Amino acid sequence: MKNKILDMTTLDKTLLKELDAYINLLDGDKGEHLIHVLHKAQELFGYLPQNLQLYVARKLDLSGARVNGVVTFYSFFNEEPVGKYKISVCMGTACFVKGADKVLERVESLTKTKKNEISEDGLFTIKDVRCIGACGLAPVMTVNDKVYGKVKPNDVDEIIRYYRGLEDENN
Amino acid sequence: MKITSYQELKKWQENCPKKTDYKINVLVCTGTSCLSSDAQTIVEMLESALESHNLQAEIRVIKTGCFGFCGQGPIIKIEPDDITYVQVKVEDVEEIVEKHILNNTTVKRLLYQEPNQTKSLEKSSGMQFYKKQMRVALRNCGEIDPENIEDYVVNDGYFALAKVLENYSSEAVIKIIKDSQLRGRGGGGFLTGLKWDLTKKVKGDEKYVICNADEGDPGAFMDRSILEGDPHSIIEAMIIAGYAIGANNGLVYIRAEYGLATNRLRKAITDAREYGLLGKDILGSGFDFDIEIKLGAGAFVCGEETALIRSMEGYRGEPDKKPPFPSESGFRGKPSNVNNVETFANIPVIILNGEAWFSKIGTKNSKGTKVFALAGQIRNIGLVEVPMGTTFNEIIYDIGGGHPEGKAIKAIQIGGPSGGVITKEYFNTQIDYDSLIDMGAMMGSGGMIIMDEDSDMVQIAKFYLDFTQDESCGKCTPCRIGTKRMYEILERLVNMEGKPEDLDRLRTLGEIIKNTSLCGLGQTAANPVLSTMKYFPEEYEAYAYRTKKTKYSIDPKKCVGCTKCARACPVECIEGKVREPHRINEAECIACGACYEACPVNAVIKP
Repeated sequence: MKNKILDMTTLDKTLLKELDAYINLLDGDKGEHLIHVLHKAQELFGYLPQNLQLYVARKLDLSGARVNGVVTFYSFFNEEPVGKYKISVCMGTACFVKGADKVLERVESLTKTKKNEISEDGLFTIKDVRCIGACGLAPVMTVNDKVYGKVKPNDVDEIIRYYRGLEDENN
Repeated sequence: MKITSYQELKKWQENCPKKTDYKINVLVCTGTSCLSSDAQTIVEMLESALESHNLQAEIRVIKTGCFGFCGQGPIIKIEPDDITYVQVKVEDVEEIVEKHILNNTTVKRLLYQEPNQTKSLEKSSGMQFYKKQMRVALRNCGEIDPENIEDYVVNDGYFALAKVLENYSSEAVIKIIKDSQLRGRGGGGFLTGLKWDLTKKVKGDEKYVICNADEGDPGAFMDRSILEGDPHSIIEAMIIAGYAIGANNGLVYIRAEYGLATNRLRKAITDAREYGLLGKDILGSGFDFDIEIKLGAGAFVCGEETALIRSMEGYRGEPDKKPPFPSESGFRGKPSNVNNVETFANIPVIILNGEAWFSKIGTKNSKGTKVFALAGQIRNIGLVEVPMGTTFNEIIYDIGGGHPEGKAIKAIQIGGPSGGVITKEYFNTQIDYDSLIDMGAMMGSGGMIIMDEDSDMVQIAKFYLDFTQDESCGKCTPCRIGTKRMYEILERLVNMEGKPEDLDRLRTLGEIIKNTSLCGLGQTAANPVLSTMKYFPEEYEAYAYRTKKTKYSIDPKKCVGCTKCARACPVECIEGKVREPHRINEAECIACGACYEACPVNAVIKP
């Protein structure tokens, strides 16, 4: 294969098998299921590199352009790898008027990572997200599925320390 | 077990366990907000405590949907004693069990303390927060276990469906909804009955009922709460809609962020199928209807119905021009009826209580109730449902409890990124679809953000524009490029690099985008800017003429010279002798606000 980033042979075979099983269960117009298939693929692989997008396209009999168009349209899909801990700071209006921008700033400075990027050690990905609907707890940030409510910039230090601590324990 | 007639449903209802079968019901809110503050652990601890006292047969722990009182979560309500405990912590559970459940004494320290009152309230029904509310769409939220179909049936669930299938023709159903004058709760306020009628009249043997659960408006969470707290009501309403317009397929388009709502809806669909309330030959009527869930993937524009349909078909969620409306050519090019979650939640009650009951609630042209999500600088953050025609004052002060620190409330932003601001001169206006349009805002989904005197309206407008400009799908030029240019002008203004001419440019550009964009997102994108410019021109002028103060200062008349500010200042730019007025050196001030917080006599003036 000439174009390395489109080389589908480098994809994990076991995970692909699981993805195939999911796709084979779908009926009707396969293109209609594209968004669900991409959700599944991202759940399995963590993100959607271009060779995986091409794999999905071939499998569903769609053009690579159609799949890439969809992946880049929706903010839920990532084309780049994500960190082990995904930190999302809610930037909905309720959180914004309660100082979410200061929380995000603190997260960025503590992890030395800009939003939408992954930290150098691969631990954290920072995202600013749209309202997660927990406005009663504003300002809110989440780390993977754990929700932290009424976060003050100072609380961020402890939260980040906690996840760094988990890593040290694991090592 | 399949239920095959109205009679069988009635019999099933009689046999379902009811709250009255238990001595005490302990209701624990397990909505997203309360779950994220340990509600699940609280439930588990309650259950194991009851088990250890061998009380499971007498006392039931019910995991309910949202009570609406989200700012005070986690919340536990004890029935029939009518006691609500707020901000319950894991370590409080033992005390509740020991004192209240075993010894029937109220745990006073966990009761809600009304503002400006020295005594806490004993009974939940006396709470100001609930007094002026009327819960129609939220009727079951916080009352039943959303994952238990029997709880829904006990509260007359699926009886509207049974009534429709046994007694009404599809025309009769449409007439009821038309006569109730229910209008769409998702934003525009189009008459629901008329929409159904339009879809019914289009010829075609394949039609679709679509539920729009893509609640993207930041600060609004009523649809999520309904799906989390009462998913069966949406299923029941969609089947009724399908029967009325002649559709056998339903689709719910839901945001991928709403995991809990999706799971509960999925469970509800499975249960409804098992009992023959969904699928083939519903309730023995010969009518078939089934529902499929379609996940979104994070795009605000997909709340627009044509974009939503494109997304369900597996494409980029770009809107199409209308006409043709989805009622003629929607999902897969077939006639499709799109309604929002809250609209559907009203349908079963209208059928059961009658169109006359419903149309008595509200104002002349806006009937029924509306759910608002209160957030921002307000004491009682949460979901409130009030009859149309309630005033802003009633919502902010009676229900919302006013500002948490008693500051003045300057404005309310309603309708999210498509809406506008309402200023305090209008707080006595009755809220309905038309009065909001007259004020330059719109109902939208019903998000209400309360802003106090410290809020900077230009910054708020910039925040919303950042949102829409980021979410613009890029299909049409005015929205794609226009909102970007508007944003750049605003950015220039707040960086004190703007010019007075910028204000005219901003206004003209806003009007053009409004008039020429393809879909609702672009057509309303400029609203937050235009409306704040209309009501707060002085704030824009302060930036444009660069007269805006950015540093703190001290009012020498108020200052008592206590030195607290000087000690709090991190850059040591405040000087003055003890008991003499202090002064801030503006050149060095970093506008951190520490002095403002420290001053005991409010002598520090905010920029």
